[in-house]
Amino acid sequence: MKIGAIKETWPGEARVAMTPQSVAALAKLGHSCVIEAGAGAAARFNDADYTAAGAEVLPDAAAVYAAADVISKVRAPEGAEIGHIKAGQTIISFIWPAQNADLLNSLKDQGATVVAMDMVPRISRAQKMDALSSMANIGGYRAVVEASNNFGRFFTGQITAAGKVPPAKVLVVGAGVAGLAAIGAATSMGAITYAFDVRPEVAEQIESMGAEFVFLDFDEKQTDGAETGGYAAPSSPEFREKQLEKFLALAPDIDIVITTALIPGRDAPILWTKDMVAAMKPGSVIVDLAAERGGNCELTVENEKIETDNGVTIIGYTDLPSRMATQSSTLYANNIRHMMDDLTPENDGVIVHNMEDDVIRGATVVHANEITFPPPPPKTKAIAAAKPKAPEKTAEEKMAEAAAAARKNGQMQMGTLIGGSVLLLLIGAVAPASFMSHFIVFVLACFIGYQVIWSVTAALHTPLMAVTNAISSIIIIGAMLQIGSGEGWAVVLAAIAVLIAGINIVGGFMVTRRMLAMFQKS
Amino acid sequence: MNTGLISAAYVVAAILFILSLAGLSNQESSKKGVIYGMVGMALAVVATFFAEATGNYFVLIPALLIGGAIGSYIAIKVEMTGMPQLVAAMHSLVGLAAVFIGVNTIIDPPLKVGIEFGIMEVEVFLGVFIGAVTFTGSVVAYGKLAGQIDGKALILPMRHALNIALVVLSILIGYSFAASNGVDSAGVMQDASTWQLWLVAILAGVLGWHLVMAIGGADMPVVVSMLNSYSGWAAAAIGFTLGNDLLIVTGALVGSSGAILSYIMCKAMNRNFVSVILGGFGGPSGPAMEIEGEMIGTDADHVAAALDEADSVVIVPGYGLAVAQAQSSVSELTKRLRAQGKTVRFAIHPVAGRLPGHMNVLLAEAKVPYDIVLEMDEINEDFPNTDVVMIIGANDIVNPAAQEDPNSPIAGMPVLEVWKAKQVFISKRGQGTGYSGIENPLFFKENSRMFYGDAKASLDALLTRVS
Repeated sequence: MKIGAIKETWPGEARVAMTPQSVAALAKLGHSCVIEAGAGAAARFNDADYTAAGAEVLPDAAAVYAAADVISKVRAPEGAEIGHIKAGQTIISFIWPAQNADLLNSLKDQGATVVAMDMVPRISRAQKMDALSSMANIGGYRAVVEASNNFGRFFTGQITAAGKVPPAKVLVVGAGVAGLAAIGAATSMGAITYAFDVRPEVAEQIESMGAEFVFLDFDEKQTDGAETGGYAAPSSPEFREKQLEKFLALAPDIDIVITTALIPGRDAPILWTKDMVAAMKPGSVIVDLAAERGGNCELTVENEKIETDNGVTIIGYTDLPSRMATQSSTLYANNIRHMMDDLTPENDGVIVHNMEDDVIRGATVVHANEITFPPPPPKTKAIAAAKPKAPEKTAEEKMAEAAAAARKNGQMQMGTLIGGSVLLLLIGAVAPASFMSHFIVFVLACFIGYQVIWSVTAALHTPLMAVTNAISSIIIIGAMLQIGSGEGWAVVLAAIAVLIAGINIVGGFMVTRRMLAMFQKS
Repeated sequence: MNTGLISAAYVVAAILFILSLAGLSNQESSKKGVIYGMVGMALAVVATFFAEATGNYFVLIPALLIGGAIGSYIAIKVEMTGMPQLVAAMHSLVGLAAVFIGVNTIIDPPLKVGIEFGIMEVEVFLGVFIGAVTFTGSVVAYGKLAGQIDGKALILPMRHALNIALVVLSILIGYSFAASNGVDSAGVMQDASTWQLWLVAILAGVLGWHLVMAIGGADMPVVVSMLNSYSGWAAAAIGFTLGNDLLIVTGALVGSSGAILSYIMCKAMNRNFVSVILGGFGGPSGPAMEIEGEMIGTDADHVAAALDEADSVVIVPGYGLAVAQAQSSVSELTKRLRAQGKTVRFAIHPVAGRLPGHMNVLLAEAKVPYDIVLEMDEINEDFPNTDVVMIIGANDIVNPAAQEDPNSPIAGMPVLEVWKAKQVFISKRGQGTGYSGIENPLFFKENSRMFYGDAKASLDALLTRVS
C-alpha cells in the first residue's frame, strides 16, 4: 500500500506525520511512502532526507491524495482537503470525534475509513501508538521550558559568591502523562516540585519522579482510576472545596504553576481561581496545558501569554508539542508507524482492517460508510483494579513473630540434641569399644564439617565441590593397603581403585587451583 | 614406617583437610587452602606408601602414575563451562572406588571376630551400596550435564515403589550376605563369597541410575551436591570398614559439605529436599495468574543506547550464558562500561547454572573481578536504583510469579527482583519458557524488552555498538 503524508494546513502547525525514519520502518512492513514537498520543513526534515529514505516527494497535497491509499496527518482534515479524499482511502490523524460530528459525516460521505489517533484505547498493548501520551509528554516538558523562559530566576537553588539563590517552587496540578513529564523536567532543573492529583493511586508515581504529593486532609472513598480507563473522574463538591482551600494556602509560596487537569469529554475544571492568582508573588508563572478546553486557570486566554495586574504571567499556548516539532513529529510518526504495524499483520504491505481487534476497533471512527463512533467498551480492562493491600504488620507483631521463630528454632535445636544424644547412648550400649572410638571421630568430623562449610562463600561453591572431590579420594589409602596384602582379584580391584582415585586426587586439586587462580579482584 | 608415625601423618592430614575447607571462606585465603589440601593428601599417600602392609609396588606405582597423569591431563584440558560434567564424573570415580575397596575387604578380610565382624559386614554393605548409587547416579548426572542424555526428567510409572523395592531387596541380600559369611572363633573365614555384594552393587546401581534419571535440568545443582555428599559418606563407610580414622574424618567432612550445599540449593528454590531427590516438579495448585501485555522485542541499537545512558547496570547471568559460551563477551562489555565510569555489577542467584557457584567460576574465567559479582541477598534491594538490568540466559530465577502468584509452581522461591529496575533487557533465544515450564510475567512487563538471539551473538552485536 502507499502511505502518504501532507503538509499541515492549520496555522502555526509545524508537525508532520511522517519522518525519514518512519519511511524506512514502513518500508519494512511492505509499504511505500509519498509525501508532499516541504511537508517536513517546519519540523526540520528536508525533502532530500525523505527521498534518501525511499519516499517519493510529490509537488502538492492533491497529488498525494490522488496517489496514496492511506493518508497520515496530524490535525484532522479540513476544508478543501476533505474534497480530495477518495472512496476507500484510509485517513489516520487526530480527529476528536466527540467534538466533530460534522467532520465525521463529511468523511463518511467521502467513503473514507478514518482512524482517530486520539481514540486509541488506553491498554498496555496499545501504548506504542498512544499519540495522546506521546504528545502530552512533550507538552509537559515544554510547559516547564516555557515557564522557565518567562521566570526571572533560577529553578535550582545555589549558594554563590554573589549571594544565595533560593530554589523555585513548582506545583503541578494533574499527574497524567503531561503532569509527570513536567514533574520530571522541573525536578531535573533543580526546582522543588509539588504535585496534586485527584487519583490517590498516582501518589507513588509522583514520588518516583521526585516530587512531593500534596495530600488533602479528606476522607472519602475515591473512585479507582482503573474504572475510568486511567483518566480522572469529576470529584465531589466537598472534595473540590477542600482542594481549592489547599491551593489557596499554597499559592503565595509557589513560583510556577503547571496545570494539566482534564476530564474526558468535559470542559477543563477550574482549579486555579482569580484569588489564587492574586495571592501569588509578582514574577510567578502559570502554564495552563488545559487552555484548549477552557483552561484550569480562571484567567487563562487560549493561545496567548498574558500578564496580570500583580505581575503573574499566564501562558495559555495550545501548540506546545508543535513548538518542538522535530521531537513531536518523530514520536507521532512512530505512533502512526506502530498503528500501521497493527493494521498490517503479515508485514506484507496488505492492510487488514480487523474490526475484532480492540485497538483497531476503538480507534476507527468511520468504516465501510458507517460512523463507528463511539466504540463499544474494550474487552480488556485498561488497568488492573488495585488489589487490596494486606495490613502492614506492626513492630510489636513483627517482634513477636521473630521471638516465636527463635523459640521454635531453639526448641528444634534442643530436640535434635536430645534425640542425637539418646541415639548415641543406644549405639554405645550395644556396639563394641573399637567401633565406638571410630564412631566418635565420625560424629565430631561431621560437626566440624557442618561448622566449616557454612562459612564457605557462595561464590566458591564450585571450587568447594572440586576440592571435596579430591579429598574424598582419600579412600585411595584403603586401596593402597589392599594392593600389598591381597592377591588375585583383590589386587586387580585395588589397582583399579588406586588408578581412578589417583585421577580424582590430581585432577581435583589441579582443577581447583586453576579455578581459584582465575578469581581476581578489580 | 611404623604405625605410630603413620597415625601421626594421618592426624596432620586430617587437620590440613579441615584447614583446606576453611580456607574457602573467601577468595584470598582459598588459594592457600588448596595448598593445605594438597600437602595433606601427599602426606597421607606417602605415609601409606611406606606402610608395612603396602606392597606389590610394581602394580601400585604404575597405577598411581597413570591415574595422576590422566587426572592432570583432564584438569588442564577441561573447559570452565564443562565444570559440572567434570565434577559429576569425578564423583562417579569415588563411588566406583568405594565399591571395589568394599568388595576387596571381604575377599581378603582383616582379622576380626564376633560382633566386630558383623559390624564390619554392615559397613561393607553400606560402603558398597552408597558407592554404587554414587557411581551410576554420577554417570547419569554426567550424561545429562554433558548433553549426552536427554535433560528431561524420566518419569517411570510406579517409580517410588520401584525405588523402595530396590532398597528393600538390597537390604535382604545384604542380610543373607551377613548371615552366610562369617568367621569361627579363631577368626578363620568360613565363606568368602562376594556374589551377594556384587548383586547389591548392581541393585544400588540401578537405584542410582533411576533416581537421577527422574531429575531434570535446573534441579541438577541439588543432584550434583547430593552426589558429592554421597561420595563422602561412601568414603566414611569404607573408613569404618578399614578402621581408618583419616577416611572417616575426610568422608564425614565431604559428606556434610555436600549435604549443606544441597540444603542451600533447595532453599534457593524453595523446594523440599525430599521432593527434589524423588524427582519431577510439583504441579501447580491452581490456575496460574493471567498475564497481561505483550512481549516487545528490541535490537542491539536500542540496548546499546540504553546502556550508554545508564549509570548503574546489573547483569544477571543464567545457564544460557554457559550454553552460549558468552562469558568473555560479557566480560568485555563489562570492562567497556566500567571504563565509561558506570557501575556494573553481576547478580548471581544461588541456583543459576547447573552447579553451585557455576556462574562465579565462569565469570572468574572471563576475568570479571569477583568483588562486582554479588549474591542475591546482597543486591536484591539495589534493583529499584538500577537503570538497566541485562538478563542473559536466565528465566525462572527472575520470575516475578514466585512472589506475585500464589498458584505458581515456583511460588515462594526467592528470586532476583529485576523488574524493580527502570529498564530490563532479556537476552533469550526465543519465546519459550524456562526449566519449570511456566510463563514468566517479567517478559510482559512494561519496562521489559526482549533481546532475542543467541547470547554470544547478541553480546557481540552489542560490543560493536559500545565503545
